[in-house]
Amino acid sequence: MKSADIPTLDQVWETLADIQDPEIPVLSLVDLGIIRHVSIEGSSVTVRLTPTFAGCPALHVMRQAILDRLSALGFEQVRAEVVLDPPWTTDDLSPEARGKLRAFGLAPPARPAAEAALRLEEAVECPHCGSMETDLRNAFGPTPCRTIRFCHACRQPFEGFKPL
Amino acid sequence: MNDAQRQAAVEYLLSLGDDELVLAHRDSEWTGHAPILEEDIAFANIALDEMGHAVIWYRLHADLAGKDPETYPDHLVFQRTAEGFRNAPIVELPNGDWAFSMLRQFLFDAAEQVWLEGLGRSAHAPIAAAARKIMTEERYHLRHTRAWTLRLGLGTEESHARMQRALDALWPFACDLWTARPGEHELVTAGICPDGGSIWRTWEAEVVSQLEKADLARPKAVQPTGFDRTHHTPHLTESLAEMQSVARLEPEGVW
Repeated sequence: MKSADIPTLDQVWETLADIQDPEIPVLSLVDLGIIRHVSIEGSSVTVRLTPTFAGCPALHVMRQAILDRLSALGFEQVRAEVVLDPPWTTDDLSPEARGKLRAFGLAPPARPAAEAALRLEEAVECPHCGSMETDLRNAFGPTPCRTIRFCHACRQPFEGFKPL
Repeated sequence: MNDAQRQAAVEYLLSLGDDELVLAHRDSEWTGHAPILEEDIAFANIALDEMGHAVIWYRLHADLAGKDPETYPDHLVFQRTAEGFRNAPIVELPNGDWAFSMLRQFLFDAAEQVWLEGLGRSAHAPIAAAARKIMTEERYHLRHTRAWTLRLGLGTEESHARMQRALDALWPFACDLWTARPGEHELVTAGICPDGGSIWRTWEAEVVSQLEKADLARPKAVQPTGFDRTHHTPHLTESLAEMQSVARLEPEGVW
C-alpha cells in the first residue's frame, strides 16, 4: 500500500464515530467515550477501547464492528485491544451523548460527582415531560447500563442510564 | 514479578475467576423464577456482571500463564471438570430459597468489596486496574443485597425464619471464603494481593453489623464444612454438568 492510501487518524475517528452501540443505537463508540487511544503504524491501526460494564455483551459486537469497518477503510491489520485503566465511568459520555440519550427516551445520569453509587439516588429529569419529580424504582434494568425510574408528574415509568 | 510469584498469581487469579463464574451460574438459575419481575431482572443483571468479572480475571490468568486471553477463558469455563475448579464451596451450593440466595450474595459481595479494595492497591498494575474496574460495578450489588438482607430479616415471621436458617447454613462456608487462596502467601509478601488473614476482620465487622440490624443472630460455633477450594461438594459437578452440557456436545463448535 502506498503511504498516500493509508487512512488518516481523522478518518479513523470519523469511522469510529459512525459505529453505533448495538443496544443504544443513538450513541456511537465516540459518544460513549469508550475509545481510549488510536494509533496508526504503517498500514496497521490499533484501537484501545474500554468496556462500559464488564459483562456487557455489546462489547463483542463493538469490537467486531471496529475490525470490520477499519479493514474496509483500507488497513491491512486492525487491532482492537480491551484496556481497563482508567475504568470507564458515565463521566466519559460526550456532551452530545446526554442530549441524544434524552431524545432516545433514556435519562442521562446526574452530573458528575465523586461517588457514582450515591448519584444513583439523585433525581434525574424525566425524558418524557422534563419534571425532576422522579425516583428510582430499580437499580437494575433491561441492560447492565440502565435503571428503571418513575416520574410522579406524568406518572410514567422510564429508563435511566446507570451512573458508574 | 519473578517466576514463583507469576506461578502463584496464575493460581490466585484462577480462584478469583472461578468464584465469580460459579456464582454467576447459580445466580442465572433465578432467571424466570425470582419472586417478582424486578428481582428477576436484578438477579439476571448481577449474574451477567459476575460473569463479566470472571472473564476479566480469566484473561489475566491466561496472560500470566502464557495462554491466549481471547480463547483460553472459554476453555477454562467449558473444558474443566470440578477437580480443576478453585472456587470457594459457598458459591457452588444450590440456590435453596430466595433468602438463601440473597444472603449468600450479600456475604459474598461484602467479602468481595474488602478484597477488591486490597487488590486495587496491588503492586501488579493489571490486577490493580481490574480490581478498580470491578469495584465500580460491585457497589450496586452490595447496595442491593444489603437492602434485601434488612428487608427479609425484618419482614414477616416467615422471612425472618428463612433468613436465620440460611445464615446458620451459610456462615461456616462464608468464613471459609477467608481461608488463604492458592498462591496467596507468596503474593502477599510481594504486595500483589492483600492478606486475607488480616482484612477479613473488616468483612466480619460490616457483615455482623448488617446482620444485627436485620435482627439475625450469627451462629456462635463454626463447624468445619469439610470442603475447600480443592475439595468440592457434589453440587459443583452437578452445576458444571448443566453449564457445560451444550459445549460438550460440540467441543470445537463455534457460535
